[in-house]
Amino acid sequence: MTADAASAPVDKAGGTALAGPPARGPRARTGASYLRYSAGKVGGAAVSLLAVLVTSFFLFRLVPGDPVKYMTGGRQVSAEQLAAYRREFGLDLPLWEQFTSYCGKALTGDLGTSYQFRAPVIDKITEALPNTLLLTGTAFVLYTALGVFLGTRSAWRHGRLGDRLNTGLALTLYSVPSFWLGLLLIIVFSVGMGPVPGLFPTGGMESGGKEGFAYTIDVAHHLVLPVVTLVAVEYGQTLLVTRSALLDEMGGDYLTTARAKGLRDDLVRRRHAVPNALLPTVTLIFVNLGRTVAGVILVETVFSWPGLGGLFYQALSVPDLPLVQGLFFVFASSVIVMNTLADLMYPLLDPRVGR
Amino acid sequence: MTTEGTPAAAKAGPRTLARQRRRHLAVRFWKRYRTHRAGLVGLAALVLFALVASAAPLVVGSDVSSVTGAPGRPLESPSGEFPLGTDRFGRDLLGLVVWGSRVSLLVGLLAAVLSVAIGALVGITAGHFRGAYATVMMRITDWFLVMPALVLAIALASVMSRSLGTIVLAIGVTSWPTTARLVRAQTLAVESRPYIERAKALGGGHWHIMTRHVLPNVMPLVLAQTTLMISSSILTEATLAFLGLGDPTVVSWGGLLQEAREAGAVSSGAWWYLVPPGVAIAVVALAFTLCGRAVESVLNPRLGVAR
Repeated sequence: MTADAASAPVDKAGGTALAGPPARGPRARTGASYLRYSAGKVGGAAVSLLAVLVTSFFLFRLVPGDPVKYMTGGRQVSAEQLAAYRREFGLDLPLWEQFTSYCGKALTGDLGTSYQFRAPVIDKITEALPNTLLLTGTAFVLYTALGVFLGTRSAWRHGRLGDRLNTGLALTLYSVPSFWLGLLLIIVFSVGMGPVPGLFPTGGMESGGKEGFAYTIDVAHHLVLPVVTLVAVEYGQTLLVTRSALLDEMGGDYLTTARAKGLRDDLVRRRHAVPNALLPTVTLIFVNLGRTVAGVILVETVFSWPGLGGLFYQALSVPDLPLVQGLFFVFASSVIVMNTLADLMYPLLDPRVGR
Repeated sequence: MTTEGTPAAAKAGPRTLARQRRRHLAVRFWKRYRTHRAGLVGLAALVLFALVASAAPLVVGSDVSSVTGAPGRPLESPSGEFPLGTDRFGRDLLGLVVWGSRVSLLVGLLAAVLSVAIGALVGITAGHFRGAYATVMMRITDWFLVMPALVLAIALASVMSRSLGTIVLAIGVTSWPTTARLVRAQTLAVESRPYIERAKALGGGHWHIMTRHVLPNVMPLVLAQTTLMISSSILTEATLAFLGLGDPTVVSWGGLLQEAREAGAVSSGAWWYLVPPGVAIAVVALAFTLCGRAVESVLNPRLGVAR
């Protein structure tokens, strides 16, 4: 991604609509115009990534106090040792030189060295990334499916008891702090409460010493509670958006036509109404992934899941600035990439968008 | 207020008329709002919490959070004396939850007001002054919009000192872009109406148009947005406090949850330590969301979804 940053000035026209709904143009989508549209979007994303890189550097240089003090953790150290630490992490250079060397290194994938682990930040990140992807991916698929399914049913029967219960529950779970729900689930299902025995592990990703199939089962067993927590707090948003998008379509003449043709209610819903309502939902689903990225920090912390979120919490408590900075960049750029993907998918789904 | 007794039509000055119109609008607003049952439930919950929070100094007093004068033993389960049990220092949890409502509500409110104020300022000015200024402003807004707000808030709170002001600032500065976009769209719609042209022709300057014509028209939207924003601010405040980024010297719901986790309430099964603060957060956040949705659907009946 960082390689694109060099070609950023290409973007002039398309970049301003980064997060807004794409403008509706006349129906003349050819390959070339789609290419131009996507070049604009990708260029805009590259500019944003560059901005994130700059922010992540300067934001964490605002810290009052000496980062070297954090490294030594309050131990008594001589002035020579402090100076040696400064040299090791390049903190003795002027801010401007630190910045240029940071940018140069970042472009080659080097995000600095973690204070607390004494290991390259990029290694810690690539180590934790698959675990986070496993957790987020599973939760994402489940909550999107659940949200779209329940949202469709809710809109189709809107105003009835089922719809009211559905929206009520979604709004309630949406208002619940994810970390609190996670803690409660641990108390009830891991520690065990009253007649309920401890069904699931309290945290971590594996019990250790397992191979092959048994290992997969073990990880899945550890995955249940964190995924349930994430799904519970995230599906509400998808449900509400699907519901209101479908309600907007409900009055459409084409639905009356479809019914007049004699189609079954079920078919009218699945073949005619839902595909149209899904368009705004798709954008939101991708934007939602950004919220999930943030939610994952808390859920991973609560369940001691060895992913990026847990790492972020560990880094914050030190504070381990290079690691915090690197993770901040990863989180922000994942959201930017997701938004760009949504923008690129939009014209493919809806021919009216993006000339 | 002296005109109260005289018939309004006799004195029909512009101010009286404006006041009458506003009162009429408020009455109509309330009539429509009343039809939203969920909104009424939310409002009732909010009034209850506001009463509890403002009565807290009389009912529980600030010494409820004192560690040295704790009345009970650590981690007592609920009993007649302590309806919600005690925390790790032996303090009364019911009192702590009541006392914590003050900080949680205050921070949620202030952060939301700050966020919506920034959003409205950026939105109105970007909608009013077109050209380079608007382009730059909207570019910045877009950039903030794609950043994960919570991650940014955590980052900000972690680099600044631990205080309530930091939390308010961290939430306010990261959550305004949605409001800015909404307000800008509304401003553009208002400014295309003929009466703005009339005001300009009569010599109305930028300030006059923005404060006298645009602002009153975007105000309802801003109000609905604030209500919804308070709910998410309260959740963010709890999250930051839970991550240990809050002010350690004050009692807040998120802070209580963090203490509970540190004290090992999870592994020892001390559910009474965890349940009340979380329920309080969820109920208040839900109440603000319900009110916000009701206000939104009163102002924009076309949405028609919040019923």
